[in-house]
Amino acid sequence: MSSSAAQRASWLRAFPLAQRIGSIALLIAIWQLTAEALHSRMLPSAGAVFIELVRLCADGSLPFNLGITLARVAAAFLVAMAVGTAIGIAMGRSKTLDVLFDSWLVLLLNLPALVIIVLAYVWFGLTEAAAIGAVAVNKIPAVAVTLREGARALDRSYSQMAQSFHVGRWRTLRHVILPQLYPYLFAAARSGLALVWKIVLIVELLGRSNGVGFEIQLYFQQFDVTGILAYTIAFVAVIQLIEWVLFQPLERRAGRWRP
Amino acid sequence: MAPVTPALLADIREKRYARARGAASHEALAGLTLQLAAGELVALVGPSGCGKTTFLNIVAGLDRDYVGQVSLAPRPDGHPARVGYVFQEPRLLPWRTVYENIALVLPPDRADAIVRDMLTAVGLAGAQDLYPPQLSVGMSRRVAIARAFAIEPDLLLMDEPFVSLDHDTVEQLRELLLTLWRARPTTVLFVTHDLREALVLADRLVLLSAPPAHVVGEVAVSLARNRRHSGPEIELLRDEVLRHHRELIGSAAARASQ
Repeated sequence: MSSSAAQRASWLRAFPLAQRIGSIALLIAIWQLTAEALHSRMLPSAGAVFIELVRLCADGSLPFNLGITLARVAAAFLVAMAVGTAIGIAMGRSKTLDVLFDSWLVLLLNLPALVIIVLAYVWFGLTEAAAIGAVAVNKIPAVAVTLREGARALDRSYSQMAQSFHVGRWRTLRHVILPQLYPYLFAAARSGLALVWKIVLIVELLGRSNGVGFEIQLYFQQFDVTGILAYTIAFVAVIQLIEWVLFQPLERRAGRWRP
Repeated sequence: MAPVTPALLADIREKRYARARGAASHEALAGLTLQLAAGELVALVGPSGCGKTTFLNIVAGLDRDYVGQVSLAPRPDGHPARVGYVFQEPRLLPWRTVYENIALVLPPDRADAIVRDMLTAVGLAGAQDLYPPQLSVGMSRRVAIARAFAIEPDLLLMDEPFVSLDHDTVEQLRELLLTLWRARPTTVLFVTHDLREALVLADRLVLLSAPPAHVVGEVAVSLARNRRHSGPEIELLRDEVLRHHRELIGSAAARASQ
């Protein structure tokens, strides 16, 4: 490797953000060139999508629908994390519960998301609760399986220490148990968010009258690829932002004791 | 004067460990009776694996699956006795700072003053914001000892706290333990398999048999502590106890085989 190439490589390593921007710019350039070459309504140019994005933001429809979808994502995510964590810890600590419900978990894990959504709408009606519940049920088994691993890996020597010094239940949970589960919680949260936001769109498409999924269905009926892409870009950007401003700082904070 | 009640009275008639299905259970303790007077520093000496840790866990209330009884004298204010425990490994929470590790075992409203006081006492005032993975092994043990003394224990259990450390560190830690103990008098039950260590530290040695463990002998150490570090006295004492101890183990084995 020549020295200038080595310098360039180290410069890129030093600025991971520059790498990312460069990579995304490359994607947009390829998209723009392809669209101009094809000149088809089926693949609008990056510029056209950007203009549509600005227009949808200006008339308020995109922020409104994005907000509603994000609220559903947040609700389903929190329900799935809370219920899945509780089930996972219970199954990790109790052999009886584990034997009893392990097959249920496997069954749920293998159930297609679409089946759960359709059944939820059929049984509980086209309601908000059914929509959010269906998304949560899709995610709960994966969270439970991850947290069960975490609960099994808990170090008993720390619990003994807490018990012998009479550290109360709540303080033991907060200072002794949860920190051991953080890596598992973050793993579950990461994959949880990625799964939940995708399923929320399907739930909206099938049984809601607003939200990003519903809007995409409308655009689909009109074969409006520009609108679909504008919504997609806005949504993906927001989800990535959540990862950057929420998950990564939290994870750094939780792991700051590591040498 | 009120009659002196022992700080600890333990009478473990039987402690068994269940084995995996089918196999006979393992008897760890049988007829182990021990009595500690308040303020006494007693070393419990026995071969490795003889059930010393099992016994400490029973006394600490961590293990309730045994036949027998353990009673601790209540505090002067009538509250149940507090038990401090220094485990074989420091058992500090790696994700909490030194300060937080000690504060965890204290009531929040009084924690700050006690933690600072204890950290100064063990010479780690500057290390309060470090995380345990950043500490040397000797420092970690100091924090574990500080944590146990921080709760002002009525009974302090120490489970071979100085094993697998280099000689100089062990010397320093023993000296530190004695200094703390003089400044904060409490009853100490110190478990070790190292006879020399027991003789350097304790007022009294209680000798345990091979499993199932029971007491096979006692040795009161009257030699002043400042004369125990080196010199012929401690070596003579050690040789004598060792001879005695071997006899006792031998006679116990002979009794068991009859």
